[in-house]
Amino acid sequence: MTAADALLLGLGAVAAGSALLVVTTKHLVRAGLYLVICLGAMAGLYLVLTAELVAWVQVLIYVGAVVVLLLFAVMLTRAPIGASDDLDRPGWPALLVGGGAGLGLAALLVDAFRWTTVDLPEAGTAERLGSEIFGSWVLPFEVLSVLLLAALVGAIVVSRPDIGAQPAGDRSAPADPSSAQTSPASGVDR
Amino acid sequence: MRPVIPYVTAALLFGIGVYGVLRRRNAVLLLMSVEIMLNAVNLILITADTTVRAALPHTGQVFALFVIVIAAAEVGVGLAIVLQLYRLRASVSVDEVPLERIDA
Repeated sequence: MTAADALLLGLGAVAAGSALLVVTTKHLVRAGLYLVICLGAMAGLYLVLTAELVAWVQVLIYVGAVVVLLLFAVMLTRAPIGASDDLDRPGWPALLVGGGAGLGLAALLVDAFRWTTVDLPEAGTAERLGSEIFGSWVLPFEVLSVLLLAALVGAIVVSRPDIGAQPAGDRSAPADPSSAQTSPASGVDR
Repeated sequence: MRPVIPYVTAALLFGIGVYGVLRRRNAVLLLMSVEIMLNAVNLILITADTTVRAALPHTGQVFALFVIVIAAAEVGVGLAIVLQLYRLRASVSVDEVPLERIDA
């Protein structure tokens, strides 16, 4: 049991415990804050596993951006501040499936790896990962940038009611009042 | 380093995420559970990067970065859908989402 093992055990316990609190707490905002602890502990795990760049990207993207987005959603949907009782549905099927998946995978991995040790490889710094991404994985990288652009445009179209949630016929109705005169049927429902 | 420790951690986190997705009724909490599952997959990828000797070095970490990007895109679109659902139904409970077409 080396120092790395002790760190992995501690951080893993923190991550699993706070994840359990995320899925069981009755406070919406506290679920978001427990998610911060869980993701931060995962970033620590990545650091111990020599994935430096991924750890910092995790802190930036997940703890920085994704959790803030989720907390924005909690606020914009006017979630109550205190405990709310209507967050859960009855739990036995979820417990069965989730516990079965988690414990089954854990048993499989324990059986596969036992108590073996491996030497940690050289650290995945930004320089090494950058040369890998721009050397061997350029095409998936570019496809991902297109995917991000598509997701951005999709999110804007979904969240704008004047272009998203209307039938295709009267798209220009609220933005352009002159078209409402030429085609009086459109724009009436607004 | 004993690879079984992060592997078992990732398996338990994935189970917790599955439990959350099936148990939670609030759509925002559902997205949080999906994030936990995606992070479990990332942990598996990064641990596999240390145990499996692949032809290309650091492939697991590169894939983990890709999964993080996809998760960011997913949460953006997911939150847009959740906010639109809240605008239409004044509720984010996924049990009340009608599966048939709304004639509004």
